[in-house]
Amino acid sequence: MFNAVVIIGLILVAIILFTLFRVSTLVDVLKGNSKKKVTKSNGVNAGLGIVFLIGGLLLFFIYSYTEFDRYNLPLASEHGAVTDQLFWVTMAITGIVFVITQILLFGFGWKYRYKEGNQALFYPDNNKLEMMWTIVPAIVLTLLIFSGWRAWVSITDKAPDEAEVVEVMGYQFAWSVRYPGKDKQLGDFDFRLIDAENAMGMDFKDKASFDDFIPREIHVPKGKPVKFNIRARDVIHSVYAPHFRLQMNAVPGMPTTFWFTPTKSTQDMREETGNPEFNYELVCNKICGKGHFAMRYLIVVDEPADYYKWYNEQQAWLAKNPSYLSSVPQHLKEVAIISSGMENNPEVQAVTGLEEEEEMVGAF
Amino acid sequence: MSTTAVHTNEHIGHDDAHDHEHHELNFVEKYIFSTDHKTIAKQFLITGIIWALIGGGLSIIFRLQLGFPDMNLEWLRPILGKWITSTGQIDSEFYLALVTMHGTIMVFFVLTAGLSGTFSNFLIPLQIGARDMASGFLNMLSYWFFFVSGVVMFISFFIETGPASAGWTVYPPLSALPTAMQGSGLGMTLWLVAMVFFIVSSLLGGINYVTTVINLRTQGMSFFRLPLTIWAFFLTAVIGILSFPVLFSAALLLVFDRSFGTSFYLSDIYIGGEALPNVGGSPILYQHLFWFLGHPEVYIVILPALGITSEVIATNSRKPIFGYKAMILSLLGITILSFVVWAHHMFVSGLSPFLGSIFMFLTLIIAVPSAVKAFNYLTTLWRGNIIFTPAMLFSIGLVSFFISGGLTGIFLGNSAVDINLHDTYFVVAHFHLVMGSASFFGMMAGIYHWFPKMFGRMMNDKLGYIHFWLTFVGVYLVFFPLHYIGMAGFPRRYYSFTNFDAFQDFTDLNTFVSVAAIITFSAQFIFLFNFFYNIFRGRKAPANPWGSNTLEWTTPRVPGHGNWEGDIPKVYRWPYDYSKPGAPEDFIPQHIPLTETPESNLPHEVEQLKEEGIEVKAANAGKS
Repeated sequence: MFNAVVIIGLILVAIILFTLFRVSTLVDVLKGNSKKKVTKSNGVNAGLGIVFLIGGLLLFFIYSYTEFDRYNLPLASEHGAVTDQLFWVTMAITGIVFVITQILLFGFGWKYRYKEGNQALFYPDNNKLEMMWTIVPAIVLTLLIFSGWRAWVSITDKAPDEAEVVEVMGYQFAWSVRYPGKDKQLGDFDFRLIDAENAMGMDFKDKASFDDFIPREIHVPKGKPVKFNIRARDVIHSVYAPHFRLQMNAVPGMPTTFWFTPTKSTQDMREETGNPEFNYELVCNKICGKGHFAMRYLIVVDEPADYYKWYNEQQAWLAKNPSYLSSVPQHLKEVAIISSGMENNPEVQAVTGLEEEEEMVGAF
Repeated sequence: MSTTAVHTNEHIGHDDAHDHEHHELNFVEKYIFSTDHKTIAKQFLITGIIWALIGGGLSIIFRLQLGFPDMNLEWLRPILGKWITSTGQIDSEFYLALVTMHGTIMVFFVLTAGLSGTFSNFLIPLQIGARDMASGFLNMLSYWFFFVSGVVMFISFFIETGPASAGWTVYPPLSALPTAMQGSGLGMTLWLVAMVFFIVSSLLGGINYVTTVINLRTQGMSFFRLPLTIWAFFLTAVIGILSFPVLFSAALLLVFDRSFGTSFYLSDIYIGGEALPNVGGSPILYQHLFWFLGHPEVYIVILPALGITSEVIATNSRKPIFGYKAMILSLLGITILSFVVWAHHMFVSGLSPFLGSIFMFLTLIIAVPSAVKAFNYLTTLWRGNIIFTPAMLFSIGLVSFFISGGLTGIFLGNSAVDINLHDTYFVVAHFHLVMGSASFFGMMAGIYHWFPKMFGRMMNDKLGYIHFWLTFVGVYLVFFPLHYIGMAGFPRRYYSFTNFDAFQDFTDLNTFVSVAAIITFSAQFIFLFNFFYNIFRGRKAPANPWGSNTLEWTTPRVPGHGNWEGDIPKVYRWPYDYSKPGAPEDFIPQHIPLTETPESNLPHEVEQLKEEGIEVKAANAGKS
């Protein structure tokens, strides 16, 4: 019933609109508008252009000014200060050009609207003007390119040797993060070794893997360079952390990197934003399937002392998953048990002892 | 298609002047498998309009999701079926299908086929003074390949696993592995098949346009007397011919990877609980190949619109286009540079930073010819005598969008700034303004301007004005706010933002944008009414309704097969003699000889006549 009423209503509205249209067409015919070169509408359109110009620019300025804190994310990395500055310099230049050209566009439209008896100026070319607006934008753009290029080169330069290394791996639809552990060396990995537990495909034939740990959130030290080694195991993802102005695709089969220096700890940011719940987030920014919009990971920026404390408290992945000792070559088993720190864990010892027995049975 | 129904009426009764010279064409020859460029243009146009409605409609559905995430969309179930979840939401995977198909349809079917297909076909022979395209048959094939492509793409909406969903760029491995998402199954296969047909169609069309412009110009129509529309269509076709084959190779390799076990794009993949055997491939290779077309493609989309705008702005300012040669040079510059900027889409793809530097440099250079064009449009308006026809309004709208969207390109072309903006809503705002809306407005300007020549009748101006203002303001209200959302770091292609603390804000702005999108989309129905109603019932068009100089306005009201009844007119001047000092009217069409306009000839034209040995007494008298 309700639907029928809506449909009848729509039909009536359509009929009314159509009647209005017919009437206005007939009025136009009676007035002889179709024979005139221009009608009153010409001035109206020119005027609407001015109304749009003024209204639009006002809205643009007011919104940009009053809502600044909403769209301008607080910044927390060293290189971000450079790119932000570039962004705002570009904004200033393009903003000026934008306002001037739009004013000219609609201003000319109003000023030079058709007037009976007026004649347009026959002005086919002026090479000086053409040169001017070829060369001036070229110079301005060169300056922008140059400063952009310098920033780009330093951002993409090799990470400092002392940088903390964190491996970030994207998969459908989450992130896995691996730290090199006490030896500061990330172990090898191979996608063929991936299984339900060993999500990152850690290769335990490599000694460096034994002490690697996989935490539930990323921790990085404030004020120290951090290097992300980035990879993906199924489709392309993108490591994006807007507060750090950091982005790099995670590509299966092609490891990528991005290094940065965080400048504000999570605590600093909580104070700055007045939001005690504030957290840095890692976001996936390359379409990767059904759960693309839900690939969230936390990044915690600690004071260096807290960071090292946290780092040293982490338990090696191998120690948490002792059954993988079986994939460690025989001659490295002892090293693995020691460097993963599992020798103090009686439970682990029980398990490993059992496993060694099993293997020996197998060997015979 | 509905094209046929449209044309039946249009030709009745006023077009047999020609037909008795040739054999009588039957209905199918005349309206379906027609080789007449004007009919083919109309076929492209009407197919393009239908696709625009579908593509636009898809965007409204996903804007509902973004603007009103809690809305119960149960009422869409009759159309979308199982893609509406049990709680009345859009399925998150189908959301990706929506954005993918929206992009594919708009970029390829609407703004490439609908725009180039319509206006290159319609205007090239009419404006250069040719009876038809170089090959009418290939031209017909071009439309029908496009039609088949559309049918295949349309079918993919109705299959169990849904259409392609990996984004319109369909990056592998996502698009290569049916285990990665449902849409990468049969839907993706159909997408690839459709694209292959589309590429064939584009190439057949492009080869025809280039050949026709080079070979079939009427006497006197030198390259530097071509209207800028023709220059734009010509260069667009060149770009298409050079870049579409590369897309074809990208698609072909993807087909191999999907179906024949090759590893062009695949390596080191563990998915669905197993490690795939593929090693050694590179997903980046696909991106290079794709963007080698993909970037020129945005110029394929915008150049015809710029050409149309040049013509419409000059005509309705009653002034010559300012800097005709500079406009041609800038078109040429854009054409050449468009091939060497593709990797700016890949700054954060893992591309070598050194390549990033090179492509940043090349990308920002392309802003120079674009800036020249914008300044030349402004100078053309300066001291004009502007008549705001709907076509003129849409052209001015195009210039406004081209500037707004072009300027944000300077941010994104700068690789250092792009790090934080890449794949955010800032990019969405940028390309929807500079390429999407600007080209769409170019298409609208073209339709309003050449409707009288296409159908012999006039569209209603007032409805055109209403359509323009609603659309123009609407487009800005939709896309301008997206810049702010993008600066705040919101990623594109997100089904919802509720999972992140950082993206909790801007629900108000997203709702606002969705409302604006719905209003803008609705306003297009005013256009549809105006268009279809006036094909049949519009006021009969005068011979030259806009007082324009180009040759198409010398044809009969509804040109028949062969376009001109007698000889093809010769051309004696460039197409922009508007408001020439001394001339009695404010325009002198291209086919009027200099000898007939002694009162307005410029010194170099007088010289030219002397060289040709033609005595013009009045001119000399005027000078003395």
